[in-house]
Amino acid sequence: MNTFQTSQEYLNMDLLRFTTAGSVDDGKSTLIGRLLHDSKAIFEDQMEAIERTSAQSGDEHVNLALLTDGLRAEREQGITIDVAYRYFATPKRKFIIADTPGHIQYTRNMVTGASTANLAIVLVDARNGIVEQTCRHAFIASLLQIKHLVLCVNKMDLVDYKEEVFNKIKDDFEAFSSKLDIKDIHYIPISALKGDNVVDRSVEMDWYKGGTLLYVMENVHIASDFNLVDSRFPVQRVIRPQSDKYHDFRGYAGRIEGGIFKPGDDIMTFPSGFTSKIKSIETMDRKLEEAFPPMSVVMTLEDDLDISRGDIIVKPNNQSQVGQDIDMMLCWLNEKPLNPTGKYALKHTSKEVRCIIKDVRYKVDINTLHKIEDDKEIGLNDIGRIMVRTTSPLFFDSYRKNRASGSLVLIDEFTNETVGAGMII
Amino acid sequence: MSRYNLTHLEQLESEAIFIMREVAAQFEKPVLLFSGGKDSIVMVRLAQKAFWPAKIPFPLMHIDTGHNFEETITFRDKLVEDVGTKLIVRYVEDSIKSGRAVEEKGLNPSRNGLQTITLLDAIEEFRFDAAFGGARRDEEKARAKERFFSHRDEFGQWDPKNQRPELWNIFNGKKHMGEHFRVFPLSNWTEMDVWQYIASEKLRIPSIYFSHKRTIVNRNDVLLAQSAFITLLEGEVYEEKTVRFRTVGDMTCTGAVESDAGTLEDIIQEVASARITERGARADDRRSEAAMEDRKKQGYF
Repeated sequence: MNTFQTSQEYLNMDLLRFTTAGSVDDGKSTLIGRLLHDSKAIFEDQMEAIERTSAQSGDEHVNLALLTDGLRAEREQGITIDVAYRYFATPKRKFIIADTPGHIQYTRNMVTGASTANLAIVLVDARNGIVEQTCRHAFIASLLQIKHLVLCVNKMDLVDYKEEVFNKIKDDFEAFSSKLDIKDIHYIPISALKGDNVVDRSVEMDWYKGGTLLYVMENVHIASDFNLVDSRFPVQRVIRPQSDKYHDFRGYAGRIEGGIFKPGDDIMTFPSGFTSKIKSIETMDRKLEEAFPPMSVVMTLEDDLDISRGDIIVKPNNQSQVGQDIDMMLCWLNEKPLNPTGKYALKHTSKEVRCIIKDVRYKVDINTLHKIEDDKEIGLNDIGRIMVRTTSPLFFDSYRKNRASGSLVLIDEFTNETVGAGMII
Repeated sequence: MSRYNLTHLEQLESEAIFIMREVAAQFEKPVLLFSGGKDSIVMVRLAQKAFWPAKIPFPLMHIDTGHNFEETITFRDKLVEDVGTKLIVRYVEDSIKSGRAVEEKGLNPSRNGLQTITLLDAIEEFRFDAAFGGARRDEEKARAKERFFSHRDEFGQWDPKNQRPELWNIFNGKKHMGEHFRVFPLSNWTEMDVWQYIASEKLRIPSIYFSHKRTIVNRNDVLLAQSAFITLLEGEVYEEKTVRFRTVGDMTCTGAVESDAGTLEDIIQEVASARITERGARADDRRSEAAMEDRKKQGYF
């Protein structure tokens, strides 16, 4: 596969970030091991190391799951504690895997892994079909606005590769997923252990006419995953070189988080509300004719405005929302529950403010998607709908519209830990 | 590919620049840890891009084991001059002389582990609150769990089981007095990405990365270069081989690989077909399965 690549091919690859979710014994680690192994991303010394460890613990097969267990405690206990990131590439794409543990208590890690993913793989054991955890994983993928979901029906070898089994699971999931907000869903029958339909087509399942998992991941259309309509440029830093050559240079450094900006475009800045025109968009390498997500650039304006970190540059005809009362879905990440009258630090794009919790509206039963209105304690791994009021206005969009300007985190002001992940409604 | 699509390398570059700008904004006194190796050379280029047309707003710091490949030191000084930034050097030798660190016992003591002491002392000396490292998650399995913004307590220690969740592109650099952060902008890069970036940016790298003739000794399948810091064990002999180095580190534990790769394109082809990880040639990682995890917990790079 990728044993030989010219540099030119390599420089034309794009990037797909995906997350994997499955219950404890659905074969998630085996699947990742299979992808890494069959795409030749596992090196001999890594393979030897896990062969040694497998032999020591008396495993019959080489345990590919060991590849993804990084910490001593994980190897000792045979569990995955934390999100681990893996990398592999084919001539078409580079892949970043956020490998998250499947245990019931680890919603936190799944949300973390899903927050940057384009695609989610949800694994189902063909013998068990859709279970509570499948629904939870799909719900989190939907909540985090992952655009593409692949439902892999694994262990097909254990149900004699029967088409009926696959179709039943597919129908069940379609019924459930109509309640979700995911447009692009693929269904693939696989056996991670035997390798069917992972990288190579299965000879056992000629009734399946769709692509293999790797084919889908290589070809799913991700170019439109970024919002190219609503122009958003949060300012990270003001660049003033104070050198002879760039004596009067005043540039705004940041990353394009939405839309397309061009020199000459009319812009508006928040919170000041001033308008101006873009003079130039530059990087160290060149002046750009247009800039789009997720480019990191330096922007200069025709007028000298008072702009600093935390401000945002938008287009006058397409402004973000402005406000201090923020309505959001919140996933709680900390052992210490949400204090319903507490104050927290809040980070949103390049801005940091403080906030007070105004209202906990309801908690979500993430298995049934029902609203729970009589128990409003938001503890570790809970997801709820809350309102906060901030000390100064945020310039935001709904998370559905823009992942970057619609997401925020809450920070405990005493421990400095990141305790909550918010998606603005 | 669509017109509004960045290649994966452009996305990785943009991500790293974003992280560097976040650090400059969120911290008072950052420093970039610079070893002279390829990853830190890439880091310096990214830092130039992040703050252009202004200069890099933080110094570079080299923790010098004294067991250096001469070429990398010459290279380091030239690069610092070209970039026009400040370089701080702190020596493991000084930590040993002052009794802060104790040289390992045995014939060929490695100073790799001792760097941690010198590094933490230097961070305290200059009151650095964020230290950039060039480590990548693909290098080693403990590193695969590392955050971009990695919190260190007042003892400089890493607590892998109690890391802050890192969501979207929101980075939490809040800390108490005396604590600091390690920041890894290259987290999502692979060895291949680094090489391709070096090639596409036409970055200069130390000559030891390219194939050359060198006198080496094969010790437990690690090819160590002849130097004043190596003493032959019984039965060992020096031999001349055509080699190159895949990483740059302490001479006592950085192994060479036999290679004819004399150009960047050769190296890229070699990396593409390599069957051994780049750290596979490092004796420091072979000490035990959790060697890296243990060193990192104590405050290693």
